[in-house]
Amino acid sequence: MEQDQKIYGLSQKLHRFFQDRGALSIEPDLLQPAELLLDLYGEDIRARAYLAADALRGEQMLRPDYTVPVVQIHMEGRANPARYTYSGKVFRKQEQDADRASEYIQVGYECFGDDDPAEADAEVFTAISAALSGVETEVKTGDMNVLMAAVSGLRASEYRKSALLRHIWRPRRFRTLLERYAGKLKKSPERQALLMADNPFDNAAPFVGIRNRDDIEDRLVRLRHDMAEPPISEAELDVLSAITKLSDTYEKALGTLQDLERDLPSISGAINRIERRLEALASRGIDTRSLTFEASYGRTSMEYYDGFVFGFYCATEVMETPVATGGRYDALTRHLGNGIDLPAVGGVIRPDLLVKAEGQGA
Amino acid sequence: MTIKLGIPSKGRLMESTFDWFDARGVYLSRTGSEREYSADIEGVEGIELVLMSASEVPRELAAGRIQLGITGTDLVREKLVNWPKQVDSLAEFGFGHADLIIAVPTCWIDVETLDDFDAVCAAFRKKHKFRLRIATKYHRLVREFLKDAGVADYQIVDSQGATEGTVKNQTAEAIADITSSGETLLANHLKALSDGFILQSQATLFGLHRESIDQVDLAYFDAFLRKIELV
Repeated sequence: MEQDQKIYGLSQKLHRFFQDRGALSIEPDLLQPAELLLDLYGEDIRARAYLAADALRGEQMLRPDYTVPVVQIHMEGRANPARYTYSGKVFRKQEQDADRASEYIQVGYECFGDDDPAEADAEVFTAISAALSGVETEVKTGDMNVLMAAVSGLRASEYRKSALLRHIWRPRRFRTLLERYAGKLKKSPERQALLMADNPFDNAAPFVGIRNRDDIEDRLVRLRHDMAEPPISEAELDVLSAITKLSDTYEKALGTLQDLERDLPSISGAINRIERRLEALASRGIDTRSLTFEASYGRTSMEYYDGFVFGFYCATEVMETPVATGGRYDALTRHLGNGIDLPAVGGVIRPDLLVKAEGQGA
Repeated sequence: MTIKLGIPSKGRLMESTFDWFDARGVYLSRTGSEREYSADIEGVEGIELVLMSASEVPRELAAGRIQLGITGTDLVREKLVNWPKQVDSLAEFGFGHADLIIAVPTCWIDVETLDDFDAVCAAFRKKHKFRLRIATKYHRLVREFLKDAGVADYQIVDSQGATEGTVKNQTAEAIADITSSGETLLANHLKALSDGFILQSQATLFGLHRESIDQVDLAYFDAFLRKIELV
């Protein structure tokens, strides 16, 4: 009880803190349409979110986070730019570890529609950092845009690049695709024969299902193109591998990226954005020399972030879960807004973990 | 008090179960009329039989309403989250073998592996404006398998029976189901993905952890396991 009141009190305090910085307080619905979230996050989210049957409105989901409802509230006609804050519970099933909370409060701060992404990134980071002042934390930062820009600059077909970008948040399949495009995986004899065959549909089984002969022929054309395409070079593989492994102080990380830029000029825009963000952070009083940059940070746990990403960790060893996380999610808003560009960056704090960390003397 | 043992209520699985216990000096038999669900056990003390569908055994074990039960590994893994924390696998019977696999139409000559399947999921969603449907009753197992494999842009649709027919009926594009001989797949113009093997299942005796069993029943529980030579 005492613990709960502490958490509630802290969340109210953080919520007011963001309101005092000019954010509008909003209260999104607890129930969200499941279909939308499933289309966005994929089937995996069923393992992590609570679903409820509803014969009239279709399957509903207890909000697993605030991002989608906040974006929708903004799109219902609020003016750009805008700042929002919220404080309330989110719900996550914990199938693997019963000790992790299945409902907890998130207090968030979100920025929409800013012309200058570097300034907006820095604003959100500074707001979260200020809200956590007095708590000893370790900070991790990254930028998904670096790897994405690197993939976009590969000497490869648009098809290969978009297949790689589709799996940027699934490192294992990303690596398999990359190996295949680099010619490191052997085709099966059956596949070889199929692609050489003049009449691949001879002796084929009857057509069943919605995926029809046209669909299959389209893919055979695609596979033949792919067979004819030259492999991704070792040099480019090395650059990608160097980027995914990059973890250093900003000064050194930028040096490494500038070296890599000579082999893969497509990352120059991403480097530029990091530099501008650093300046914006410094001008807001953040000590950027103590910050580190991990190019793969957020790649497995934060699937919709596509730019700047950050996480704050309490220094006790039991706290592997960040007490605050955030980042930029322009691609998500573009998807929800049917192609309309809406720059968005935000962050959330978990008061329950802060209270827990305090109890452990962090 | 007694120990309750859940056993399959009909068919070959029941017959084979009876034979397995026979060989170990424990005699099971159906009693009453042919349609009455009751059974007897001889050769051990303090064990009561409960006839039930194999699919209910995991749930009944987890709820503690039975202490022992015979069912397939597939059902325990699907229905019990973190199953080793809830039950012990005491004996594998060596029958009721079946593989849980992912299958697609044989006419998909362009699809052999999960890698192909994933590429097809992406193209299918783009063209048909919905996520490719996989019909199955093994929601959790399939989802976890595909997550590990990094397959995206699919959806699971529930199918509790005649799953192989869903593709022809156009309520799914692919299936995930248990197969033993592969004949049903063949007859429905389906083929298994070469690397879409999710797990191998067989009839297995499961039991609650010893510490979850009432003190008074523990002697019966231990005596039973000794009798069938498991301890």
